[in-house]
Amino acid sequence: MSENKKSKKKSRRSFIHQASGAMGIVAVSAAGWPLVDQMNPSKDVEALATIEVDISGLSEGQSKTVLWRGKPLFIKHRSQNEIDEAKSVNIEELPHPENDDERVKNPKYLVLIGVCTHLGCVPASDKGDFKGWFCPCHGSHYDSSGRIRKGPAPKNLEIPPYTFKDDNTILIG
Amino acid sequence: MESSKKNTKGIINWIDYRLPVVSFLKHSAVDYPTPRNLNYWWNFGSLAGFFLLVQIITGVILSMHYTAHVDHAFDSIEHIMRNVNHGWLIRYIHMNGASFFFIVVYIHIFRGLYYGSYKAPRELLWWLGIIILLLMMATAFMGYVLPWGQMSFWGATVITNLFSAIPLIGDNITQWLWGGYSVDNPTLSRFYTLHFLLPFLIVGVVVLHIVALHTHGSNNPLGIDRKGPQDSIPFHPFYTIKDLFGLSFALTIFFAVVFFAPDFLGHPDNYIPADPLKTPAHIVPEWYFLPFYAILRAIPDKLGGVIAMFSAIFVLFLLPWLDTSKVRSATFRPIYKILFWIFLIDAIILGWVGSKPAEGIYIIISRIATLYYFLHFLILLPLLGKFERNRPLPESIGKPVLAE
Repeated sequence: MSENKKSKKKSRRSFIHQASGAMGIVAVSAAGWPLVDQMNPSKDVEALATIEVDISGLSEGQSKTVLWRGKPLFIKHRSQNEIDEAKSVNIEELPHPENDDERVKNPKYLVLIGVCTHLGCVPASDKGDFKGWFCPCHGSHYDSSGRIRKGPAPKNLEIPPYTFKDDNTILIG
Repeated sequence: MESSKKNTKGIINWIDYRLPVVSFLKHSAVDYPTPRNLNYWWNFGSLAGFFLLVQIITGVILSMHYTAHVDHAFDSIEHIMRNVNHGWLIRYIHMNGASFFFIVVYIHIFRGLYYGSYKAPRELLWWLGIIILLLMMATAFMGYVLPWGQMSFWGATVITNLFSAIPLIGDNITQWLWGGYSVDNPTLSRFYTLHFLLPFLIVGVVVLHIVALHTHGSNNPLGIDRKGPQDSIPFHPFYTIKDLFGLSFALTIFFAVVFFAPDFLGHPDNYIPADPLKTPAHIVPEWYFLPFYAILRAIPDKLGGVIAMFSAIFVLFLLPWLDTSKVRSATFRPIYKILFWIFLIDAIILGWVGSKPAEGIYIIISRIATLYYFLHFLILLPLLGKFERNRPLPESIGKPVLAE
């Protein structure tokens, strides 16, 4: 057998090996995916991922906490005073610069996920140096727009996706 | 390319020098000398191992979504079927995987019976196999209770009541098994724990089974010992490929059932939630218990039936000594070969009458079949070894092939 023929034979064999190996990887991945995906949120969990909140009873200055996807959600009916205060801040000075306008759909109602962006504790309402929220775990202060002003938290309190279904109902999720 | 190959080899050698996993695997799954003449009936050992693995993987996953409580168990199964991503697939694989595990193991056992794989020096290998079968039965039974349907509940009630047949302490034992005065929440929760635990014991016994196997090597269709290296071939690539090829066939059949007839082997009554006030009209165990169930019902006495049923399995432990013939393979035992097939048919008949109501002609058939079952092991096999004249054995495995 000539040298040329030998190497040709060898490359055909290694091609078959690599092709079967590749097919094997595809097959095992396809079979393995359901075993991994089963740990993702199931259909009943997904079905409960959207809630409606009635805010008709919420008078100015009051706030309400509801549970959404296992986390507390703050809905605050802000006074004109608080709105003005939130708007007057020079956002250049903030750790996480965001205008108040970007954070609300209707300036009267602030909707926030009540989970501190530091390590996940629930901040207390109407506490702290900026009249917003204060996280007791490591001392993060949030203002009346839910923005981080002082303390270790890196980001503003998160805003969930929501829409106003009508004047008195918010659809969250 | 060459240098990176050298580096990989260096790392492997470094590890292997300290923890010889690579050389152990090479010794027992690659170079391992295997008889050159194994036929496809020898595929079923590795197939059984495969299905054990499938059961453990899918079972661990199901346990993440299942709730072992009488108020929630049935609903949590429906939750798995409807809500959990691919939950229906994983549960159907687990349900039918149990059946296929038994099919494969029963074929594996009958392979052993035909080729005399239980004979010296493989008696302990055979024993370990029977222990695996017993553990499998306990695991499968308790697994069937978990969905908490009507068949789960009444199956559990009937099987645990078997123990009440024991004289004097029978009632205490059943109450101990139940954790109460009937099958109830404590029973379900302990069955769940044991159903999770036993498969890992099976894995342990399987390891011993393989150690015992590799001590004297596989038996072979001729049933004669290997005379030298010319009678063996390395396990890899010859039998790895043969096993993989067989596996592809098994998986085709398996997934045909999983996808197109997933409830064929089950019982529809188990989709009715358990009701302690109402027994279904016709209770049958899962198909793999039917022959033993038939033996239980064939005996018109409570304790006698239970003893007969357990003896049907325990007689297998004595088989290496009950079969007095020194010739292993049925190929060279003309009469045993016939008896083997009669015994196989007898076992199938037992399975069939086990699925029928215990009345009329079925009782008579089950009694004859039960009688023959024990006749085969206790009378025919011991006598046969004395009187049967076997066909001449070949000189060696390689001879007929290499002679040319």
